Amino acid sequence: MSTLTEPTVHGSRITWATVDTWVVAKRHLLHLVRRPDELLGTLMIPVMAVAMFGFVFGEAFGVAMDVPGSEYREFLLPGLFALTMAFGIGNTTISVAEDVRGGVLDRMRSLPMSPVAVLAGRALADVILAVVELSILLALGTLFGWQAHLGVGGVIAALGLLVLLRMAFSWVGILLGLLVSGPEAAMKYFALVFPLAMVADTIVPTDLMPGWLALPAAWNPLSSTVIATRELFGNTAVPATTWVGEHALTMAVLWPVAIIAICLPLAMARLRRLGR
Amino acid sequence: MITDEPAIWTQGLRKSYPGRGAALDGIDLAVPAGTVHGLLGPNGAGKTTTVRILATLASFDSGQAWVAGRNVARDRAGVRARIGIAGQYAAVDGVLSGRQNLEMFARLHRMRAREARARADELLERFDLVEAASRPVRGYSGGMRRRLDLAVSLIRSPRVLFLDEPTTGLDPRSRIEVWDAVRELADSGTTVLLTTQYLEEADRLCSRITMVDRGRVVAEGTPAELKSSVGGRDLDEAFLLITEGA
Ligand SMILES: Nc1ncnc2c1ncn2[C@@H]1O[C@H](COP(=O)(O)OP(=O)(O)O)[C@@H](O)[C@H]1O
Ligand SMILES: [Mg+2]
Repeated sequence: MSTLTEPTVHGSRITWATVDTWVVAKRHLLHLVRRPDELLGTLMIPVMAVAMFGFVFGEAFGVAMDVPGSEYREFLLPGLFALTMAFGIGNTTISVAEDVRGGVLDRMRSLPMSPVAVLAGRALADVILAVVELSILLALGTLFGWQAHLGVGGVIAALGLLVLLRMAFSWVGILLGLLVSGPEAAMKYFALVFPLAMVADTIVPTDLMPGWLALPAAWNPLSSTVIATRELFGNTAVPATTWVGEHALTMAVLWPVAIIAICLPLAMARLRRLGR
Repeated sequence: MITDEPAIWTQGLRKSYPGRGAALDGIDLAVPAGTVHGLLGPNGAGKTTTVRILATLASFDSGQAWVAGRNVARDRAGVRARIGIAGQYAAVDGVLSGRQNLEMFARLHRMRAREARARADELLERFDLVEAASRPVRGYSGGMRRRLDLAVSLIRSPRVLFLDEPTTGLDPRSRIEVWDAVRELADSGTTVLLTTQYLEEADRLCSRITMVDRGRVVAEGTPAELKSSVGGRDLDEAFLLITEGA
């Protein structure tokens, strides 16, 4: 072993950023494989949500919307898909906060690796996890009689929007994880996901909400994705009455892109500032 | 590589944290290549801050810093490619196995998958971790964890290695294991900057020692020089005398 070898770096910056991102993502996925109970816990949220909202509240909400419970579930499922994407923020935040605390982030910063990959790896792992979660939800939904009516193209487009939303929330979680004082704080803030996930067109149609809630609900990025995916799946929907609602498809792309465009550079700046 | 140029060189290194006084108040260091240099000082002296600055993990307010011939402020990537760092708080992934840690960090050191695997094998062997290789690091003893941390910091055969209190919190046996590893590194020509609160440790491992207290250098020399400067007393007493006199 020679101590004099100069590090050989071949390939372009972008190639390396991609490889590094994958290596970091793989680390997070290995965590799930090594701790299957945690994976199970993560997957339980959407499963429980389908069971609880679909069946416990389903009939009542159906009555309120003046439709049978089965039709409410048809309306509900796309809402739950998006809600699951939002709940992922908790995991992301805690995992990033743990890496700050534990020093793994410092070690990565001392390596000649791509700085953005340190964080982008987490986002990629989240996206992969989102695909797994969505597959389970689709299967579960189908089991409960939910259906997409507009063919495979619509399903793929809808899933694409959901994954894009998750990627945006992943960057929100990464930024929060870098800002909070530690994983305990991240867990305490988790309750904040509820208004994000529910003051939206997810579980209750916005026109059943009081007026002062309906406006933020309509402008919640989740709502755009939910309305757009209901459209793409051909599921029961409540006709949109707001400008955002009418432009849901466009907004379902614009919202996540805007969120990433804001959170990614802020997270990178924060990562650099960790070294103050 | 023994050249005239010091492997680590700083002049007037200053840093303060917002809302606090100066953590570093003008640190001068010159560490010849291929030597083990001790940064000795009590808790809060500024040892970790110094190491973090030199390892590009923290910024500094004024002064100059060069590591392995690279300017720390201007060429972070150049420094990062030539250093290794292992700390008091072993920054390895607790959920992954020892092997998975080594392979991951080797990949992030820009090694190809096969090269990374071979390097992991080599280091597991060298640090006596072969048996524990596939167990999660969480279950490792303190000494094993520290050895893994050391192994990770050596993946790319760094020119300069920073060891921040590598034996703090270890039992005597693990401490000796880490000492042996440091000696071996020194023999292979790696420059080591080792911080410690233990005078005995600095005496045993280091060819020169810089004593720091409250962000300032209070004494510098070989262990023998430092001892004789206070009349042949042992280093513990020397340290007390020097820091009190400062
Ligand atoms: N992140 C930080 N924020 C504020 N003060 C800090 C921070 N890190 C260290 N300090 C302060 O800087 C001084 C030097 O700390 P440090 O370098 O950790 O000392 P040592 O490693 O020698 O124990 C201490 O007074 C410590 O409280
Ligand atoms: Mg320290």
